[in-house]
Amino acid sequence: MEFKQWNGFKEGKWTEEINVRDFIQQNYKEYKGSSDFLAGATERTKGVFKKVQNLFALERQFGGVLDIDTATVSSLTSFSPGYIDKDNEIIVGMQTNRPLKRSCNPFGGIRMVRQACEAYGYKLSDKIEEEFKFRTTHNDGVFRAYTDEMRAARKCHVITGLPDAYGRGRIIGDYRRVALYGVDKLIEEKKKDKDKLSLGNFNAEEIHLNEELFKQITFLGYLKQMAAMYGFDISQPAQNTREAIQWTYFAYLGAIKEQNGAAMSLGRVSTFFDIYIERDIADGILDEKGAQELIDDFVIKLRIARHLRTPEYNELFGGDPMWITEAVGGMGEDGRTLVTKSSFRILNTLYTLGSSPEPNLTVLWSNSLPENFKSFCAKVSVDTDSIQYENDDIMRPIYGDDYAIACCVSAMRVGKEMQFFGARCNLAKLLLIAINGGYDTTSGMSIGPQMDVMDVEKLDYEEVSRRFDTYIAWLSHLYVNTMNIIHYMHDKYAYEKTQMALHDTDVHRFMAFGIAGLSVVADSLSAIKFANVHPVKDENGYIVDFETTGDFPKYGNDDDRVDLIAKEMAHKVITELRKTPTYRNAEHTLSVLTITSNVMYGKNTGATPDGRGNAEPFAPGANPMHNREENGALASLNSVAKISYDDCRDGISNTFSITPEALGRSVDDRVANLVGILDGYFAKKAHHININVLNRETLMDAYENPEKYPNLTIRVSGYAVNFNKLSREQQREVISRTFHEVI
Amino acid sequence: MSDNTKGRIHSFQSLGTVDGPGIRFVAFLQGCPLRCSCCHNPDTWEFGAGTEYTATEVVSRAIRYKSYFGSDGGITLSGGEPLMQSEFCLEIFRLCHKEGINTCLDTSGCILDESTKKLLSETDRVLLDIKYTDEDGYRKFVGNTTLSDTLDFLAYLDSKSVPTTIRQVIITGINDSEESIRKLSEISKAHKCVDKIELLPFRKICKVKYDNMKREFPFASIPEPSPELMQRLNSILGN
Repeated sequence: MEFKQWNGFKEGKWTEEINVRDFIQQNYKEYKGSSDFLAGATERTKGVFKKVQNLFALERQFGGVLDIDTATVSSLTSFSPGYIDKDNEIIVGMQTNRPLKRSCNPFGGIRMVRQACEAYGYKLSDKIEEEFKFRTTHNDGVFRAYTDEMRAARKCHVITGLPDAYGRGRIIGDYRRVALYGVDKLIEEKKKDKDKLSLGNFNAEEIHLNEELFKQITFLGYLKQMAAMYGFDISQPAQNTREAIQWTYFAYLGAIKEQNGAAMSLGRVSTFFDIYIERDIADGILDEKGAQELIDDFVIKLRIARHLRTPEYNELFGGDPMWITEAVGGMGEDGRTLVTKSSFRILNTLYTLGSSPEPNLTVLWSNSLPENFKSFCAKVSVDTDSIQYENDDIMRPIYGDDYAIACCVSAMRVGKEMQFFGARCNLAKLLLIAINGGYDTTSGMSIGPQMDVMDVEKLDYEEVSRRFDTYIAWLSHLYVNTMNIIHYMHDKYAYEKTQMALHDTDVHRFMAFGIAGLSVVADSLSAIKFANVHPVKDENGYIVDFETTGDFPKYGNDDDRVDLIAKEMAHKVITELRKTPTYRNAEHTLSVLTITSNVMYGKNTGATPDGRGNAEPFAPGANPMHNREENGALASLNSVAKISYDDCRDGISNTFSITPEALGRSVDDRVANLVGILDGYFAKKAHHININVLNRETLMDAYENPEKYPNLTIRVSGYAVNFNKLSREQQREVISRTFHEVI
Repeated sequence: MSDNTKGRIHSFQSLGTVDGPGIRFVAFLQGCPLRCSCCHNPDTWEFGAGTEYTATEVVSRAIRYKSYFGSDGGITLSGGEPLMQSEFCLEIFRLCHKEGINTCLDTSGCILDESTKKLLSETDRVLLDIKYTDEDGYRKFVGNTTLSDTLDFLAYLDSKSVPTTIRQVIITGINDSEESIRKLSEISKAHKCVDKIELLPFRKICKVKYDNMKREFPFASIPEPSPELMQRLNSILGN
């Protein structure tokens, strides 16, 4: 291959094949210096962003949704171009024809679209209703195949949040490919892959792939049309920084016009952009101010991305998130750091444009990162509470050095791996169902293997564990089968044409399962093992409460007696899940992550032996239960670090809140100590951490006076939210979490 | 003495960022004879309370946090008054040094006997609390020690070149005069071992501890010093 747009780039494997990683490796320039070079926002940026901020305020006043186009089905070319400020935008493109106007995307399921419209005072147009009378949605397909048991598990909330009524998301297209190669080249390669299929045998699998390739090629064509509507020809590679960012953004935009997946992540673009920026600066056609301005305008576009959701959906995934996750930093396999000046520039948007939950900036932390970069990240955390950290030193050996994060904590090689998202099951509820012999006291439903309610004066650890194992095995089998149906139907009725066109044709698939309530289960089993837990029955003979006497070790205090129960539990679940084969031979993975659903999971779960009351929230993700930590912050981190990443390859989320005073006396001390905490935590092979440096009082004030804090951003569970966008219940739960303080 | 040397500990704080340099694992030892009116840990006063640990147990806990210590951090023994259990402290510090863990002692300097001197030989830094710069303050608001005891302790630290941070809790209307701060500065300048002075604003969040213990908090009615005052006093010290 040869393109004039590549002048000045060093050749390599990437010039012979689609290989963005190799392009980066051959051409990027690592940066170990300080943040001193960074430029601030230009007047143009400030002007455009001011307009956006006004729209954000208006959106809040309108109850969270500014406008919905109820007559147009979202797709790559169904909306005429939209602008914030046409003359002043330097990166263009919008989901609909107006900023913050949401579109209807019924391919995942029309019921949710209908309900979402109604929730905000709109009505889905007859036109769309009529069109989809003759179309099977993903949701239709799934419910045709669901068994009675699957429906029951869903109804009683032992498995919740399944992507069976909307787009599954968690797929990251390699959007950089469009910039590096241009769309024509990508189409040509896909056509070659399609032709190659005819050399083999055509069975169901091959025919399936053959049709998918047809769809991918078609949608690459639509992507070109979409860009042409904005006046750009993206058939050829990008020839400068502005085009590289614009082409990449168009590819991402195509994906979010086509799909309304829960998490629509961006990938790992900043170091890729840096190569273009360095070339343009060397050629004298760009300066630092201009480089930051392009990144800022790109980020403004990401901050106005929206999907239409129902209020029920917001209960699970509070704060209207998109999970436009961008992985920043990390190390290369050759030992050079992948930190470039643009790693700083993308983090700098939290200053040029203020703190924000989106894009979901995720620093890939390695002990070997340049010290200057570590300090800058820590400073950004202390100042903005807007970034999360994940352990590059444990992910790089598995995924190489060009992986990115989908959603919160799901690692995958960009353009080479994808996942089938599977929400999570409620382990704490399952424990109660096991104790009650297959009866769920919250919903009043019988489910799972039927046996006697445990009839003992005091619960015995061995006996409860044995029973629990039986129910874990039952649920795991059901969970895998349920996921297989969901993803078969999603592929069939709502296949991600644009995103999969930006993957290798021979893609590796993960199937991502999840658990909620790990700390509740660990502490409950610890109570049963080390204290005396007496079950309390209701008039029907079901166990609805527990009287626990005596003390017991609690997860979050670096005490192996209970921490290893949690670790073993995760191991047990993934081991059971692996026993049932998956659709398309996807690799089973497990996450300990809840998003904000820990509140809803708690609401649907009775009292537990650890002393948690009926309907009280769980701790988020892999966090210890609130305020049970007695030995300070690092003890809590050490407990979480014991959960094995080998068992939980889809991520282990920990959300950490500390007051500024507890982090150190001076700003410099706080930054240095936060670097120390991150280095120490990740050296323990921990996977993920959200950092909040703030006082509980600030949140309490924001709870009472939201208008005073329009931009208060906090990390919640694998992502960040604008505090005001959480429900009152979610806000209260966040306030009740442990804040590590000076004692 | 052996690694089975036992002592009583009130509690542990795995993330200490304000008691010595870097990130520190802090053990608060149980028992203190001073009864300072400004004390924020009255629950550490009583001897015989707390939990008994061997030195080995304490150090094995500290080791769990080694990865967080970096180049500056380590263990800090605070209290209570650690000098009341100096043999226990010495054993902890010896074992820490075997593990390459930096040691820091947070003390009032109320005892300077042979056992204390041995302990200081294994101490990488002392956080010395000079409560007041006149004997009068000690007489009124501290028990069982004097300014002169504290200064003797400091002189010993100087003679052994033990790196020292001088700390003082600033209490509104009692030791917040410029004159008092200048005196503190003179004391520190007269001792080469002192490389840092930290002024800590008096805080009342500990009142709940006094309430729980049904004890009167002597300084309950004294307001916390303002950030502006702290800044002004710090500027006298060039902080």
